[in-house]
Amino acid sequence: MSRAGDRLIGTSVLRREDPRLLTGQALFVDDVEPAGTLHVAFVRSNVPHARITGLDVEAARRHPGVAAVYTAEDLGALSAPGPVLVPPPPIEGLVFHARTPLPLARDRVRHQGEAIAAVVAESRYVAEDAAERVGVDLETLPAVVDLDRALDPDAPLVHDDLDSNLAAHVRQTKGDYEAARAAADHVVARTLRYDRGVAAAIENRGVVADWDAREGRLTVWDTTQAPIPIRNALAGLFGLGQSQVRVIAPFIGGGFGPKIMFYGEEILVPWIAMRLGRPVKWIEDRYENFFATTQERGQTHESELALAADGTILGVRDRFVHDSGAYDPYGLTVPINSQCTLLGPYRVPSYESEFRVAFTNKPIVTPVRGAGRQHGVFVIERLLDLAARELGIDRVEIRAKNLLAPDDFPHDHEILFQDSAPLTYDSGNYAPLLEEAARRIGYDGFETERGSARAEGRRLGLGIVSYVEGTGIGPYEGARVTVEPGGMVSVATGVGTQGQGHFTSFAQVVAEQIGVDPSRVRIVTGDTSEFHWGTGTFASRGAVVAGSAMHAAALRVRDKILAHASEALEVAAEDLELAGGVARVRGAPDLSIGLGELARRANPLRGAVKPGTEPGLEATAYFGPAGGSTAAGVHAMVVEVDPDTCRVEILRYVVVHDCGTVINPMIVEGQIHGGVALGIGNAFYEELVFDEEGGMTNASFMDYLLPTATDVPYIETAHFETPSPLNPLGTKGVGEAGAIPVAAAFAQAIEDALSDDAPDLEILDMPLGPGKLFELMREAGALARDAADSDRDDA
Amino acid sequence: METAVRVRVNGREHERGVEPRLLLSDFLRHDLGLTGTHVGCEHGVCGACTVLLDGEPVRSCLLFAVQADGHEVMTVEGLADVDPGVLDTDGVPDLLHPVQRAFRETHALQCGFCTPGILLTTVAFLDENPEPTRAEIREALSGHLCRCTGYQNIVEGVARAAEMLATRG
Repeated sequence: MSRAGDRLIGTSVLRREDPRLLTGQALFVDDVEPAGTLHVAFVRSNVPHARITGLDVEAARRHPGVAAVYTAEDLGALSAPGPVLVPPPPIEGLVFHARTPLPLARDRVRHQGEAIAAVVAESRYVAEDAAERVGVDLETLPAVVDLDRALDPDAPLVHDDLDSNLAAHVRQTKGDYEAARAAADHVVARTLRYDRGVAAAIENRGVVADWDAREGRLTVWDTTQAPIPIRNALAGLFGLGQSQVRVIAPFIGGGFGPKIMFYGEEILVPWIAMRLGRPVKWIEDRYENFFATTQERGQTHESELALAADGTILGVRDRFVHDSGAYDPYGLTVPINSQCTLLGPYRVPSYESEFRVAFTNKPIVTPVRGAGRQHGVFVIERLLDLAARELGIDRVEIRAKNLLAPDDFPHDHEILFQDSAPLTYDSGNYAPLLEEAARRIGYDGFETERGSARAEGRRLGLGIVSYVEGTGIGPYEGARVTVEPGGMVSVATGVGTQGQGHFTSFAQVVAEQIGVDPSRVRIVTGDTSEFHWGTGTFASRGAVVAGSAMHAAALRVRDKILAHASEALEVAAEDLELAGGVARVRGAPDLSIGLGELARRANPLRGAVKPGTEPGLEATAYFGPAGGSTAAGVHAMVVEVDPDTCRVEILRYVVVHDCGTVINPMIVEGQIHGGVALGIGNAFYEELVFDEEGGMTNASFMDYLLPTATDVPYIETAHFETPSPLNPLGTKGVGEAGAIPVAAAFAQAIEDALSDDAPDLEILDMPLGPGKLFELMREAGALARDAADSDRDDA
Repeated sequence: METAVRVRVNGREHERGVEPRLLLSDFLRHDLGLTGTHVGCEHGVCGACTVLLDGEPVRSCLLFAVQADGHEVMTVEGLADVDPGVLDTDGVPDLLHPVQRAFRETHALQCGFCTPGILLTTVAFLDENPEPTRAEIREALSGHLCRCTGYQNIVEGVARAAEMLATRG
């Protein structure tokens, strides 16, 4: 039990949700199956770009066990493009062409996996049998596959009502880059690429819907990161009151970004349930997930860094093309994150950044853990590495020299961030992070280590890079805190949870104020009938924004408890303390009253209450930050590159990070470990491969390789805490941090490992993979077998 | 066109008529209501659907239910002797199987979707190799995909479970 004065915040409380998850009792969407449920299988395009010239569903409709087959024609007014979920920020001169998908394609398919028909049957097995009997005639059109050529004047058009594949054009500047460049002693200019990957949550998407016509109530279980916006959208589409729609995001098997989207299946499954008057279920399979769930990455940057001879950054110019895929329903969040995160933890006096977003005939791009930030980090960190090499400056020194100093905060970068607020860093202390990471990875002694390994024929290299992460953005979240008559505290919030430990860290925030053990706090997330204001879990904002709302609600409940206890114990509220589930008199702990008893007194069944008072020990509060809080960190790694096989093994990995006040260190470290693993996958193992016609060639876990336990190293972590002034807890987000700088560290480490064999080798494309590394090493003459061959030739 | 399947799951006998093409994973989840077994890829790579068949870890998405006829299956629901109704109370962790307890203590799960399969692999692995090294643990886990944890705390969880099982004798 907690005692007065015990801090819960900052403690590694074991997770409240684990017993349920560990015993198979946690409810996931696929576990929901009301009696009489029908199952949906979708017929999807197997080509990236085509005209639909014929659609024959009669055979499928007649298939035994089939309840219905729907195509775009059956949808009536629902057959309309979906919303743009995140409107672009008000940047001057911004061009944005919104093109969002229909629930079911009509006339034209623009990416592989686009849904064309929905088959509804007694079981998924039967639905899939019948789906094969749907006749689809497709007239294949030339596809836009290569991002670098998507904006060429002669490129085929993804949307032929536009005169090019340009989806957006954005330019943001600060200072005068041209002047900086003219004054520079040195300019580093390169083309850098970062290609696509998938989020690959182990749970695929799914929707179950049940329409109760007598109650006039639609219940939807959905693997979404944003249950409240989904509820509001469904109510609007179906002409129902918002309170008639209940969306439940129960336990979600990993989100990582794509589950924030609003997909056609989320409209169709409830619509079919209402139409047929039976519960309806669709669970995405893994193959569908590779096409129908959104993806990320795909940017080509033309970048240059202008420096003084001593390595001081004078300015950056970056022009990039961003691949949006076939549509752009999530606005410009990803490329704006790239644009803003490029500035990193550095003082950059002038910045000229311009990007074009291109439509291509590939699956849709929306945020995936990191959400474009890793591209920006990759660009600036690579340019700094090259500058260090060319200027003969130590790579840690060039970073240290350019870091923002503690008295630079708040630091205004003079451009707009994804939330439409100015890109201002709230607080930070960056130099100690870099020093600590260098110390922990053994930077000072590394040249010796590398040399002795080299003497044994081993290639060791070190990478060390910095990053920042804009987190915890608005608009707001809310929470309701209630002390129940049994003494339990129940808390409801609108954000959903996908494994971040909300049931525990939120319980800690509330328990700290109310003086109960966290095990006495029951958290409900992601059920719109429990709490229906909020936006969702994205942008590393759950702990910051919902956590702060919870803190505010808990403080109000605390005041109510103290007021009632003061009356009951006839003691001034100032003389009371809350601990161990009771209110008690300071210095006389025997004079106490339980929270449950106070809750009962606060909700009398008879008698008069004071006018103006509210019943119960309950409060609802909201929190909206003035702007995002900026977390920061440094990753360092040591790798060994096998010059025969091009296998890269990570020998050591260090993360030093600062996400402000840490609520639960165990959970924060877990978030970092997972982020790093995803970053390692994105940097080395994972790449979506499209053939020339735009067909995806590796849409399975056998061909698209996620890192396993033998690929991810032990990760050492260290925390620094620079509280954010923007929220009462002082926290900053951490959910995406781990994934952001990995590729940049990886590239630097591999170059370092091969620096004796190939001093000019430059890694400018991610993901790398052994195949690409092989090509680079061959070009640079760094392959062991080539060296052996040339030895033989010499002999 | 149904075939009879008799199978003992978590110590309980079940007899059902099933279509020959019904996957064991679907049989467990839908016909028996044991939804703790999760399906992540349906092509035998992710390992989430792992159950024990006569004590050996198998991917239930790669087996037909009829192939389990006459065999014994253990799913995650069979590990702890816990009444689901009391799951939220403080005492429950003590009732968990040591591998489950170890996973909780080491924060070896986040979203928990891949966890049931990993627990069952771990039970079988520690049965065969009660004192594994960290490298052996990583090797044993390499047939499972987890996207949340980076595996580090799962490795710790397995190591902790080995210690717990050893002291339990």
